[in-house]
Amino acid sequence: MSIAKVLLVDDEKAFVEAMTRRLVKRDVAIEAAYDGQEALAKLARDSGIEVVILDVKMPGMDGIETLAEIRRQFPLVETIMLTGHATVESAIEGMKRGAFDYLMKPCDIDALLAKVSEAAAVKRRREEKIVAARVQEITSRRP
Amino acid sequence: MTRKNGKLPAPYEALARKMILTILIVSFIPVFLVSLTIYFQFHGLYRQKVEDHLVEMVRKHKQQIDAFLAARAADVQFLADSFGRAQLSDETFLQGQLAALQRAYGTTFVDLGVVDAQGHQVSYAGPFKLNRADYSRAAWFKQVLAQRTVITDVFLGLRGLPHFIVATRYGQDDDTWILRATIDFESFNKLVSNIRIGTTGIAFIVNRAGEFQTTASLPAAGKGCFAGFYACDADPSKKIHVFLRPDENGQESIFVTGLLKDRNWLLVYRQQAADAFSELHRAERMSLVFFVLGGVCLLVMAFVLSRRMVTRVAQADREKELMSRQVIEAGKLAGIGELAAGVAHEINNPVAVMIEEAGWIQDLMSDGSLDTPENQAEVRRALKQIHTQGQRCKEITRNLLSFARGSDSRNRPLDVNRVIGDVFNLLGQRAKYAQVAVETRLAPNLPLLTASETEMHQVMLNLVSNALQAMDKEGGGRLTVSTALADGKVVIEVTDTGPGIPEAILPRIFDPFFTTKPVGQGTGLGLSICYGIIHNMGGQIEVESRVGQGTSFRVILPVQTVDETDGK
Repeated sequence: MSIAKVLLVDDEKAFVEAMTRRLVKRDVAIEAAYDGQEALAKLARDSGIEVVILDVKMPGMDGIETLAEIRRQFPLVETIMLTGHATVESAIEGMKRGAFDYLMKPCDIDALLAKVSEAAAVKRRREEKIVAARVQEITSRRP
Repeated sequence: MTRKNGKLPAPYEALARKMILTILIVSFIPVFLVSLTIYFQFHGLYRQKVEDHLVEMVRKHKQQIDAFLAARAADVQFLADSFGRAQLSDETFLQGQLAALQRAYGTTFVDLGVVDAQGHQVSYAGPFKLNRADYSRAAWFKQVLAQRTVITDVFLGLRGLPHFIVATRYGQDDDTWILRATIDFESFNKLVSNIRIGTTGIAFIVNRAGEFQTTASLPAAGKGCFAGFYACDADPSKKIHVFLRPDENGQESIFVTGLLKDRNWLLVYRQQAADAFSELHRAERMSLVFFVLGGVCLLVMAFVLSRRMVTRVAQADREKELMSRQVIEAGKLAGIGELAAGVAHEINNPVAVMIEEAGWIQDLMSDGSLDTPENQAEVRRALKQIHTQGQRCKEITRNLLSFARGSDSRNRPLDVNRVIGDVFNLLGQRAKYAQVAVETRLAPNLPLLTASETEMHQVMLNLVSNALQAMDKEGGGRLTVSTALADGKVVIEVTDTGPGIPEAILPRIFDPFFTTKPVGQGTGLGLSICYGIIHNMGGQIEVESRVGQGTSFRVILPVQTVDETDGK
């Protein structure tokens, strides 16, 4: 059983590959996407994805736009923003728009891992609550 | 900084000349007009005054002479009326009367005589031996028979001295007798010769026939009626005439004439105009001196003032130039700051990859399983990746260095196309992130410009970076950069499809510190620096913009033919 199922979104292919190797080694299940569109497509296909690691600066659909789209389509999925120095403002903007957290790139792998497990835990707890609520709703419907 | 040798650069010399000219024209024209007006007004008035004075004088003397003649005629008539022919024919009595007259009037009366109807002098009292003189053929005798009283012109007569006669007639036919008196010419002449004004003013009397009745005379007087001083058919109601004409020496003179003695004599007063108007001429000379002095003062003032002003302007220009150079330096620093932020971000990606790859090798090592061939291959791959990313970093820093290298603004032969290439090496990534499609249409074989590489980099960097920023806000677009050779000049065009510049602010975009960005985000120096650099190179920068369609900057640079390749 992996810690979490994570979608890694970054236009820098070498970075995605390196990250994937290291996270897989730490029992994280990884899906990779190289731009915003691809990320949304993967999310739609695979409902098991719990956490998205999202680069802020991408050509085409950038991180903020992708985040907005993820929040709209997949409200339960948690997002961790990755940002360079020059884009701290956009990370803050991302937090305001509902990102779980942000990390400076390049980041410490253990810090990232901690954030990922945290986010996954939050997500799972929330899902459990939803399930519980559903169950209660269904049971309370009985006369 | 201040140049003390007084010699200014050519354009300032021209400015100084223009200022001097303007000051002189503006100040001289009114002064000249005022002087001219005053001169003519004063001239006319003074002339009138002088003429009036002369006319008045002539009128006075005319009356005096007329009165003198009338009084002498009255004296003679009184004598004849009082004593009658019988008494006056007695020579002793006549001599007594002459003595009485001479006591009263001095030497005015020279002699007295009684003449009968045939023209024979019956009795005579006087210094000449004129007893029994025959006047029957004398002009005055004929005249006195026709008129009662006659005053003759001056003539020599029997005695051979100039004199004139006052005669009065009594009785009828054969009883006719005439009392005749001779008036001394000298005492009469005094009446006229006393009229003397200035150094050239003289007066004389001329009769209808043009003969002078006084000692003063003019050698070249005209012939005919009043010796040409008065037209006999002139309007007699005007008694005094004034006219100007050259005298016998060709000197312009003023003549004043008045008729005397029942219009038989003419009193003429003549004075050279230069003499009559000497006061006027002195005033004229003085005002001319003042005018010239004032003019010289104006000239000196105009010269000094404009020179001082132009020196000030030149100094202000130098300060402005220094200031704009400082602004450019400040702008460069700001630009470098912006550039550094961009580069830091760009370098971040390869660095992140390198760190992760290094981390991966550590991961493998901590497992302690480096001996397996797969792991060894993996380490080799990771190292290769680190190497690749390191190369990338090196490339970026190298690009950056090509910009940072020259804070030197020395001119050297420069290929514009290469400059544009450098700029896109640096900003290509930014264009990609801003979703801008870049198109370059560079004309091959452009002539080399003589320019500072740093400055050209700065110009292109500013223009391209502005275009990218404008289109980034719009969510992307197309950037076209083209170079061409037209009319021997290199034309660089940077066209974007951004939001365009509103017409209201279009004239201000090259002003220093003008920016539309929020405070703290733009210095407002970019375009003003471009403008300064391009103008220093002798080029032009033009902008064309349509809101909603995009903006196009055109830089036109002259190609120097001067060969400066030896600068290397």
